This record gives sequence, C-alpha cells and structure tokens, in this order.
Amino acid sequence: MSVQNEAGRQETVAPTASAPAIELRGISKAFGPVQANKDIAISVAKGSIHGIIGENGAGKSTLMSILYGFYKADSGQILINGKEVHITDSQAAIAAGIGMVFQHFKLVENFTVLENVILGAEDGGLLKPSLAKARKLLEQLSDEYELSVDPDALIEDLSVGHQQRVEILKALYRQADILILDEPTGVLTPAEADHLFRILEGLKEQGKTIILITHKLREIMEITDTVSVMRRGEMTATVKTAETSPEELAELMVGRKVLLRVDKKPATPGKPVVQIENLRVVDEQKVERVKGVSFEVREGEILGIAGVAGNGQTELLEVLGGYMSGTGKILINGQEIDLSGKHSNGQTRRARGISHVPEDRHDEGLILEFQAWENMVFGYHHAPEYQKNALLMDNAGIKAMTQKSMDKFDVRPPNPKLEAKSFSGGNQQKIVLAREIERNPDLLLVGQPTRGVDIGAIEFIHQQIVALRDQGKAILLVSVELDEILSLSDRIIVMFDGQIMGERRPAETNEGELGLLMAGITDEKTEEAGAQK
Amino acid sequence: MSKMPKWADAVLIPLISILIAFFFSGVVIWAIGKDPFVAIKTMVQGAFGSTQGVGYTLYYATNFIFTGLAVAVAYHARLFNIGGEGQATLGGLGVTLVCLAVPWPHWALALPAAMIGGALFGAAWAFIPAWLQAKRGSHIVITTIMFNYIGAALLGYVLLNVLKVPGSMLTESARFPAGAHLPTFHEMLAPFGINFNKNAPANMSFLVAILASVAFYFLIWRTRLGYEIRAYGQSETAAKYAGINPARIVIIAMLISGALAGLMAINNVMGEAERLIDNAVEGAGFIGIAVALMGRNHPIGIFLASILFGFLYQGGAELAFWESIPRELVVVIQALVIMFTGALDNMVRVPLEKLFLAFSKKKEA
Repeated sequence: MSVQNEAGRQETVAPTASAPAIELRGISKAFGPVQANKDIAISVAKGSIHGIIGENGAGKSTLMSILYGFYKADSGQILINGKEVHITDSQAAIAAGIGMVFQHFKLVENFTVLENVILGAEDGGLLKPSLAKARKLLEQLSDEYELSVDPDALIEDLSVGHQQRVEILKALYRQADILILDEPTGVLTPAEADHLFRILEGLKEQGKTIILITHKLREIMEITDTVSVMRRGEMTATVKTAETSPEELAELMVGRKVLLRVDKKPATPGKPVVQIENLRVVDEQKVERVKGVSFEVREGEILGIAGVAGNGQTELLEVLGGYMSGTGKILINGQEIDLSGKHSNGQTRRARGISHVPEDRHDEGLILEFQAWENMVFGYHHAPEYQKNALLMDNAGIKAMTQKSMDKFDVRPPNPKLEAKSFSGGNQQKIVLAREIERNPDLLLVGQPTRGVDIGAIEFIHQQIVALRDQGKAILLVSVELDEILSLSDRIIVMFDGQIMGERRPAETNEGELGLLMAGITDEKTEEAGAQK
Repeated sequence: MSKMPKWADAVLIPLISILIAFFFSGVVIWAIGKDPFVAIKTMVQGAFGSTQGVGYTLYYATNFIFTGLAVAVAYHARLFNIGGEGQATLGGLGVTLVCLAVPWPHWALALPAAMIGGALFGAAWAFIPAWLQAKRGSHIVITTIMFNYIGAALLGYVLLNVLKVPGSMLTESARFPAGAHLPTFHEMLAPFGINFNKNAPANMSFLVAILASVAFYFLIWRTRLGYEIRAYGQSETAAKYAGINPARIVIIAMLISGALAGLMAINNVMGEAERLIDNAVEGAGFIGIAVALMGRNHPIGIFLASILFGFLYQGGAELAFWESIPRELVVVIQALVIMFTGALDNMVRVPLEKLFLAFSKKKEA
C-alpha cells in the first residue's frame, strides 16, 4: 500500500507546482486565557490524504471548527487553491468546497438517506427534482467509490458504518473537494474501517483532498501521505508518513518518549473470582442484549472482552455493576449474587468487592458538576470512613483523602476543589480509576478505560490496571480498541450480538482474526455482515 | 477555567438584572404619567421606612423563604415542584387542625406541634405527585399544578363544611386559642427596649425560616442524603451506577419540599391570621419559584431574594395606596424582576463574561 501511496503522491505533487488545495497561515485562536491554536501553518497538496494527530485538547477540533466556520480565528489566513477565503459560517465553508464528516453524525434519524443528503441543499421549494438529482448522483458515486447505500433506507435502520457513508455522500453532493473527517473510525469495526479507507483512497484518486483527524497512530501510518502533529495548540511537526514511525509520532504528540506497548509479566491466574453461567439480559425495550453468556475471571488475570460497541458488553458490565437485572447465575468468590435487581444495587456490589470503571465517565462515572473530592467518594459515600457522625459526611477528611489519591494517580491539576468538568478526559479517567482502584477490589470492571484519553495518560492507566492484576486481583476489561485488548489482556473473548464468538490468547491471535469474530462470522464476507446490524 | 469570579456570578449578575428591571419599571410608570422617582421613594419608604413597613416586608419574606427553600430542594434533585401553592395550602389545614385540636397553654408547645402538622400535610400533598413521578413517570410539573387546584378546592370544601363556625357567614375556621398565638416582633423585641410596630405581622416564624435555611444548607451540602439528591439531580444514570435509588430520591426530595412549603403556614395562618381563611397562601407558592431561581437554590440567595420580593409586595401595596398606581402595575414590576433575574439571565451574563475576559486578558498583557 505504501508503494501505491508513494506513486500517487508523485503523480499529484508534480503538477501542483501551482497551489496547494488548502493552506493555513498563522492561524491563532484563544478562548480566554487558553491558547487553543497558536500560529498554525499547514499546506495540503491537492489529491492527497493529510493526517492531523494530537492528544485531546491539543487543538485539533478547534482548528477544524475554524476551517468549517464555527469559530473565527483571531488571526491568520486560509487559502483554498491559492486564493484567500473568509469562512464566516458553514455555508461559506461549503461554498469554498469544504465538506466535513463529524465524529457525531449530524443526520436526521427518521429521514431517508436521500432526504438527509439534500437537506439544506434543496434546489427549490419542491423536493422531487432535488431527490431525483440526488438519487442519480448517489448511484454514480456508489459505483465509483464503493459508497453504496440504499437511498430509501431510514437513517435509524442503518449501521454506523453506513451512516458515516451518508455523511460523506452529503459532502460530495455539495461538491466538496476537500473532505475533513474527525475521528471517523471511533465507532467502526475493523472491517468497516478498512472499507472507509478504501473509499478515501478512491476519493483521493479522483483528486479530492482529504484531511483525517485522529488519535490512532495506526490509521495515520496506514492511509495518510503526510501528517501534522499538534501539541498544546501548536503544530509541532509536519512530516511525510513514509519517513516516520509510530514511536516518533507518539513522542512528538506527548513531548516525551512513550511506551506504546504495555510492559507486563505473564499472568499467574489463581482461583476464579467471578463465575458467570448462562447470563441473559433483556433491556427496557424487551430486546435481549446478552444471550446466554458463560465465562469466568480468575485472580491475577485480565480478561479482555472485544467487540464492536452495542453487542452486549455494556449490559454485561451493568449487570455485574448491579444496576441492570438479568437471569442466569453469577458467583463472586463462590457466592451467588442477586441478579433480579430487587436486593442489589451498585452499593451492594461494591460491598462484595466489585469496583467498576464505567464505559461512560461523563454520564456514569462522574458527576461533572461535582468537585473532584465529591466525585472521589461517588458510590462509596456510605462508607463509614467518610462520615463525620451519624448525620454529616466528613467533607474535610474526604478532601484530604482526595488530595492523596490525586497525587498518587498523577491527576493534573491536583486540586480537589476543581469541578470534574474542568479536567481533561485523561485526568477525569484517572479520578475514576483512583476511586475504584484505591478501594482495593477483588474484581475490577473496566469499560473503555482509555476512550478519549491522551496517549500519555493511556500509558499510566494501563500500568495501573496491570499493577492491580499483579496484586492478584481479577480484571474484566471491555474495550472497542483492539490494540488495547491485545496488549492488555491475558485472555480475550469476543462478543457479537450478545453471544461469545470465541476465546483466544493474545499471543495466538491477531487483529484480523479478532476483527472477523467481532463481525460475527468466520468466513470472508466480513464486509457485508459488518455493515448489517 | 472559570470565566468569572464567583462573586460576580452570585452578586453582580442579580444586581445588574434587578437594576435593569427597575429601569424598565420606571419606564412603565413614567408611561402612565407618574413620576418613577416618587414611586421608588414611596416603595422604599413603605417597605423599610418604618417598623410597620419592615414588619410587613419580613412577614412576606418569611413566606417566600419557606416556599423558596421548598422549590430549591426539589430543584437540586432536578424536580420542578410547581405545587408549593397547594402544599402550603394543605400545610395551612394541618396547622389549623393542630391549633384547634387542643387548648394550647403556651406557644412554645403549640409551635412545634403546628410545625409538624403543617409539614406533614404539605409533605403528604407532595407525596402523591412524587409517587406518580417515581413509579409511573407522570410528569411532576403537570401533577403538581393539578394538585394546586385540587388543594384549593379541597380547602374550600373543608372550610365550608367542616371548619366553619356554625352560624357564621364567613368561610373561615374558628379563631385559634390564645395559647397558640405566636409572639410578633413587637412582643419579641419589647424586652430589649425596642419599640417595634404593634400591627406588623412579622413574627416568630421568621426565626424558624432562618433555622430552616441553615438546616437546608446542611442537608444539601453536608449529608449523604443531600449528596445523593444533588447527584441524582445532575445525572440519573450516574446515580444508578453509584447505587442510588432514583425513585427513593424523587420521593424523599419531594417530601422535604412539600414539608417546607407546608411549614409556611406557621407564618401566614398561625402567625398572622390566627385562623384558616380561604386563599391564605396568596401566590407565595409561585413566588417561591422566582425566589429559588433568583437565589440560585442556595439558602443565602433565597434569603436575599425573599427580602427583595417582600419589599416588592409591601412597597407595591404602599404604591397602590398612596400614589394611586394600580395594583396591576405592581404585578408588572414583579414580573419584570422575575423576567430579568430568571428568564433573561444570559442577557447580562454573556456580556459580563466577555467584559471579565477582556479585563483579565489586559491584565496578562
């Protein structure tokens, strides 16, 4: 693939002695005292794929928002095809040929694909001509770029991968020449991601320019021609992808050497801590989410559950965490626990030695409006050591304890009185992790421990999880990041559609095999199955 | 990163909002051909110029503190209790039944008993909407509004058919026994040599309201229950994760809210009227919403906002009396204050934030 890239670039670079497709000069943007973008300069050649990589809060999203007219830069110039443009709003961005695919899709769920494509770009008061035009274009595009979507399907019936294609089609319908994708693979299976990359390659061959924003080094290495690294609002480097390495990029992102692989000893599993037999979970819509799952996690091992989001992992964690009911049997240290939800809740589970780092730290793990110290006892606020007397909580004691935990887990800034929403994603996650690990649990449930967390913090969080394992604790890890599953787990099970598709040892498998299992099949038709929900 | 210092958020914004509201009130008064400066002078003098005025202002404020706290405690659990009016009405019934049940020898005995009666009846009236919300998902805004009407009708029925003194033409209960009389400010302050106006209705309940505010603070920010109420109010999913039972919090928060609204009756029924009359609450339940909103659901803010609305009530009455400015216009002034402090909060906040931002930038440079 890299050879192809090389050739492709030579082809396009040579005639573009003219002007780059998009050029930024000295873009700066401040939010109050925070300098989100500082003197940013990039130049992206026509018909190339340019990656922008950086940690959370490095300023990637701000930069893209400026390009798409959501923010106005304090200073600097934007040039499209060598001509300066003033992008005052998204209409101006579209007029300048810029199309954006957001991380969170902006689609109307109960509209069809066609209706979404023409939304806001109708030719007149009557929809019929626009719809007909869009239908024709969609047919054409689906042939050209593998961008096939049923034009009459409702968005809510489409898989995430297909929804993303609709976003791309929307941009192309508006005749975008420059396509910006913000973290496009976050919600995709590996197969869907591969398909997306093929689409992007196809678009590139047709002379479109693509800017890919991501924090995944692997994707940058796989598909981009050039890559810019952002750190703390500044563009620290722009390099040719072929001439760099993931290690170098990580160092440029974080500002120091980073261990990309988790350094850990082989596991020495002991007796089982949790045994699950034939667990079934039905959600509020009466849909069966977990369909008879059985497994166990032993002392001193990390069991990783791989799977695309929404295949029952969340419900599995919630039942174990005590706030969803299920049927079947779960033993904790040999004792059966209540699954009906009648005699148990999060607090009774915690009393059993189960700690839980939930998948969604914004909606579950933390109260964003609460200060750090209040969050540090969240779920444990009934524990006797946090009470001053029968009536009042020991707020001063909790603050002191929080200070210690924050120092130990390197939460920055180490200020217990700061509201949780003021911390970066990585530091928020460290607060949750500190709270749950410091309780010295027998079983730690961890959902998406590094989602939205920067590389430097990922390293730290992984170390903490491994350290807990080495103390002989059982850890159940759920993650949609295959890299994370592969590097952290001692055993891996793959979930698809509420069932376990198989169990593997990390040393004896690879992303390809796991990706197939995650799509629910074992033969070659990965793509279609991955696309159908 | 906070955009503004806390004091600006808590003090400056409400202050500017009030000034804007007063400005527009002045414009309205000027438009009907009266002098706005005379009007404001009449209001201030009427509300604070004499001990009688102060006595009325604090009497109204006491009502608003109770209903304001009631709205605020529910709001911390993200429940919009619009039923303060009905809960206070029922609280009045509870207080009345207690006061009439026994020939009370001394107010020190009657007051705690009446407080329990008022709180119980208020809480009971809040319990039904709370239960419906927690177990059946009926929206608490709708049900509490409905319960205001039911409460008013129920009170009318009870007054007419149960509590009315036989032979009397008035739809009101019998007068409370003398032992249930709460000391007024006049009686409370006389031992200290302060001559407070005899006719002013401010009474002992004002101190109970202050105690309730302190208790409110401890409940919300110092106890486990308050912690759980606030946690549930911020995120129901997070509360579930933490093992907090949402239904339990909804019901408990509403019971406390109803009890606080019901407590108001020790002021208006026991302290002032000394009998139960129809429509004794006079809209204080709704003013409580404005007070809680303006006071940012914090007891100190609620206290200050209550004084402000006490001033508007009392000063407004004086205005209507002396300046022949129609009573409806006083309502307009109140509405302007509510609108600017509550609904149009961002109109002041956003420019002020920008101002502070520009200022802090300058300082850096």
